[in-house]
Amino acid sequence: MKKLLILGAGTAGTMVANRLRRLLDRDEWRITIVDQHETHYYQPGFLFIPFGMYSKNDVIKPKRDFIPAGVELIMSPVELIEPDHNRVKLSRDGRIINYDFLVIATGAHTHPEETPGLQEHEWYKSIFDFYTVEGAVALAKHLRSWQGGRLVVNVVENPIKCPVAPLEFIMLADWFFHEQGIRERVDITYATPLPGAFTKPIASRHLGDILDQKGIHVVPEFMIEHVDPDARKIVSYDEQEIEYDLLVSIPLNMGDTVVARSGLGDDLNFIPVDKNTFVSPKHANIFVLGDAASVPTSKAGSVAHFAVETFSENFLRYIDGLEMQPSFDGHANCFIESGFGKGLLIDFNYDVEPLPGRYPLPGIGPFTLLQESEMNHWGKMMFRWMYWNILLKGQELPLPARMTMAGKWNDN
Amino acid sequence: MSTLVLNGISIKINEEGFLVDPSEWTREIAEEIAKEEGIAELTAAHWKVIEYCRQYGLESGKAPTLRTITNNAGVSTKEIFNLFPKGPAKKVAKISGLDKPEGCV
Ligand SMILES: Cc1cc2nc3c(=O)[nH]c(=O)nc-3n(C[C@H](O)[C@H](O)[C@H](O)COP(=O)(O)OP(=O)(O)OC[C@H]3O[C@@H](n4cnc5c(N)ncnc54)[C@H](O)[C@@H]3O)c2cc1C
Repeated sequence: MKKLLILGAGTAGTMVANRLRRLLDRDEWRITIVDQHETHYYQPGFLFIPFGMYSKNDVIKPKRDFIPAGVELIMSPVELIEPDHNRVKLSRDGRIINYDFLVIATGAHTHPEETPGLQEHEWYKSIFDFYTVEGAVALAKHLRSWQGGRLVVNVVENPIKCPVAPLEFIMLADWFFHEQGIRERVDITYATPLPGAFTKPIASRHLGDILDQKGIHVVPEFMIEHVDPDARKIVSYDEQEIEYDLLVSIPLNMGDTVVARSGLGDDLNFIPVDKNTFVSPKHANIFVLGDAASVPTSKAGSVAHFAVETFSENFLRYIDGLEMQPSFDGHANCFIESGFGKGLLIDFNYDVEPLPGRYPLPGIGPFTLLQESEMNHWGKMMFRWMYWNILLKGQELPLPARMTMAGKWNDN
Repeated sequence: MSTLVLNGISIKINEEGFLVDPSEWTREIAEEIAKEEGIAELTAAHWKVIEYCRQYGLESGKAPTLRTITNNAGVSTKEIFNLFPKGPAKKVAKISGLDKPEGCV
């Protein structure tokens, strides 16, 4: 029997386990997946919790429900990956698992402790995050009775998971305070290390205009050095200061520490891989999928989905001794909630930045690219159902994995 | 695409001011770009960072991120902001004749 081992049963690990269990011969392949936690979180749902649109129960399900028959699930932290011995050491009982092929899908997590002043005595009092379920729930409680003041949303450093989530948070906050009747008492500021609202120029301009219309103040190129939790201000490396009454931080995102312990990662514990095939340049039997990989596209569930789709086909070629095709193009497809029951959608890849247009049917849609519409909002809301019922189970979506230019226009 | 003319030699730069061909880079070009970026004089401290970035760029084919520089070039984040104010990773990449750092997608 050949052994395929998958580390991490989150979005990417669960999808690839399902997909490969269907594609690989059961008499020839044994598939094992390891994770440290029983609960699967629908992370895109964290965004809606602070505004009372979702509760904790809407975003959690047992991981086991999504692991197919014929895949062994082991609950344990992974202690060490030893690529030279083709084996992995687990924390529980010091168990050793050998593999022929390894897929690492251990994701990215937030590290508030990396920024001085952030996770200290004001944490979850006047300083919150919404990238964890705990943070999102604590913030929801706080916002229920908040009377207004200066709200500052700050991204500590890039890359972060879902780079549009902070913008969505701000636009939903704007809408939420309108609904509460206190918008005129709230001052909203977005402090980002980027030169503008978003990473790519055309989308940055469109999104920047929308923020402007909503009366949201953007402070670009703000690299936070520390928080002063008593004086309630954030201070940048070049000594700019922004005062707040409520700080919502997107802390530093890093890959898991097992990556660092195993000597596989870069400065942020993300693992360098070939950006078209996900194979490690150092170890020909190791692949990295999802947020754990260091590839120049967004860290997003949609990217993980397209990645798993192209990778699975490629893996079948690979084990038959054929060359892998450079089939993954960096395709990302993200809904952006913009408040008041509307949303935007962006669709892009390594070479093409997000452009306006229609998706998925050129000229028709029903979704509008880089423009607000109610349909996009419904797309985002339907995404949760699709995530639990289609995506995680590794089933196909009627959407091509590779990006297409049809339906897009360049207004440059 | 436009060109930067220096001592009669013209060098191709893209819309954002990054060299199109990193092999055209020289120390004189670095000084010229630095001036355009508002850095009047490149000191030894600047050069230490630029040389690290050149080496990293030649080995990996891309520009280092801010964190990569501060973890490996023996310079703190605070110092690098003093040396290359406002977006130091991007600024030093430009002066070192490399492409824009990826880090942000
Ligand atoms: C607030 C927020 C909003 C988002 N919105 C969107 C969106 O709208 N659209 C979108 O496409 N994406 C969105 N995302 C991003 C998306 O959730 C992630 O990109 C996706 O979940 C990544 O999947 P993954 O499998 O790489 O990592 P994860 O799903 O995080 O899974 C990693 C797994 O590895 C396990 N693990 C890690 N280390 C170890 C270890 N040492 N031992 C054992 N197990 C380990 C963890 O327990 C976890 O189960 C959002 C994310 C956040 C936080």
